[in-house]
Amino acid sequence: MEEIVLETQNLTVYYDGRPAIEGISMKIPRRRITAIIGPSGCGKSTLLRCFNRMNDLIPSARVTGRVLFEGLDLYGPDVDVVEVRRRIGMVFQKPNPFPKSIYENVAFGPRIQGIRDRRKLDEIVERCLRAAALWDEVKDKLHQNALTLSGGQQQRLCIARALATEPEVLLMDEPASALDPIATMKIEDLMRELAREYTIVIVTHNMQQAARVSDYTAFMLAGEDRVGRLIEFGPTQQIFTRPRDRRTEDYITGRFG
Amino acid sequence: MGHRQRRELLGKLFEGIALAATVFGLLVLAFLLLDVARRGLGVLSWSFLTSYPSRFPEQAGIRSALLGTIWVMALTALFAVPLGVAAAIYLEEYAPRNRLTRLIELNINNLAGVPSIIYGLLGLELFVRALRLERSILAGALTLSLLVLPILITASREALRAVPMSLREAAFALGATRWQVIRHQVLPVAFPGILTGMILALSRAIGETAPLITIGALTFVAFDPRGPLDKFTVLPIQIFNWVSRPQAGFHARAAGAILVLLAVLLSMNGLAIYLRYRLQRRYQW
Repeated sequence: MEEIVLETQNLTVYYDGRPAIEGISMKIPRRRITAIIGPSGCGKSTLLRCFNRMNDLIPSARVTGRVLFEGLDLYGPDVDVVEVRRRIGMVFQKPNPFPKSIYENVAFGPRIQGIRDRRKLDEIVERCLRAAALWDEVKDKLHQNALTLSGGQQQRLCIARALATEPEVLLMDEPASALDPIATMKIEDLMRELAREYTIVIVTHNMQQAARVSDYTAFMLAGEDRVGRLIEFGPTQQIFTRPRDRRTEDYITGRFG
Repeated sequence: MGHRQRRELLGKLFEGIALAATVFGLLVLAFLLLDVARRGLGVLSWSFLTSYPSRFPEQAGIRSALLGTIWVMALTALFAVPLGVAAAIYLEEYAPRNRLTRLIELNINNLAGVPSIIYGLLGLELFVRALRLERSILAGALTLSLLVLPILITASREALRAVPMSLREAAFALGATRWQVIRHQVLPVAFPGILTGMILALSRAIGETAPLITIGALTFVAFDPRGPLDKFTVLPIQIFNWVSRPQAGFHARAAGAILVLLAVLLSMNGLAIYLRYRLQRRYQW
């Protein structure tokens, strides 16, 4: 039996009072890659953003149900959102490095937690850039503006930046959808590498990607009412070869979406 | 004539009208500047800058008015900029999107359109009388601060709004508090835009005459203002005063003072453009 890190219980998210996703219950195992797939508008990103409370930034969003992180309800009354986001990192669809140097991008997380010691910061920056398979490409230009990097490099920088706060979980929202195939391949290799130490949840609309990299797959679908629901969750192997639900089969065989 | 030719002709016609409008504006401005330069260049001299006003046109200078303008502008910037930027940050980054916020925003926009003499009357009642600041530099600066606050707030909000949401999200996702997001990511990127707003606001303030006359700024000052509570005059008032004299000598002095006012204004703008350029090189998108 896998050890569970994140668990949602009957999770529903409303935007302006209208449910966007409804009744989601799923368990995310430690040090595995869990992919959330489904057609556009099924609420994949909305679900992902519940895991680090990014939905808090949208004023009209309201969340009911529970999200448990190592048994702690993330939406409970005493939860420190800042601490949640430090321990559950996020990488976005479009690479969004800060318009500062490569070094400052990675050092930002540790700095705001109060790490001032230059040697310690140097050490963190190098370790995270190595972990994100970017060190060899940027070690001679750490103080160059991050926006001079290519899209794929920027995205790996964003991963390095997320690793610098020493999270346990990495949330990735279509991290390769803005990248070319070679950069995508690098990100996927990197994810496999990172899954030895981190729990990864990835949203993707690319089924091949989900099949290639993930250990578990959640399939979501919005019905006629445009409310996203979890249709099926299971080991990726099983979802892609022996789906239990007819709709999952239709989707993975490309009959819609 | 074919439909297509007609469309192209209409396009050309509109381009011509737009060009004519641009040229008209530039020509009027050029004419004004040339006219003022022609009348005023002759009186510019070190003694014109360092002499007090006088009954005799050839001895009259702008020392006290220039000092007054510098004092008032410095204090106005000191009061208005922190207040305006802070208000903009509150409205853009903190305030809940509800009816009260919208009401506040609407009123700030309306305040930007209130005639400046109304601010003068407010300043007279509030700062000169109620707070007993008398007809001081401080009262003048506070009045002008009120006048330019709406401009500053609106411009700063535009600058903050232009910062991409993805940047805020990136910082929040790393566990930054709202203040850390604003301080380390949003403000540095928004700063050039805020600077532009600051310049717009101070350029407006430096040319204001009516509210300062309303609060009782003097028209003849033969001493240096030495502190915020001293009586004062400013360049636009000095210019107004000289223009309304019958002697031609004073009219030339007024033109000279206009040139000095323009120089102060341009150097203020130049400084801001330089700062903005330096910052934009650091935070390129």
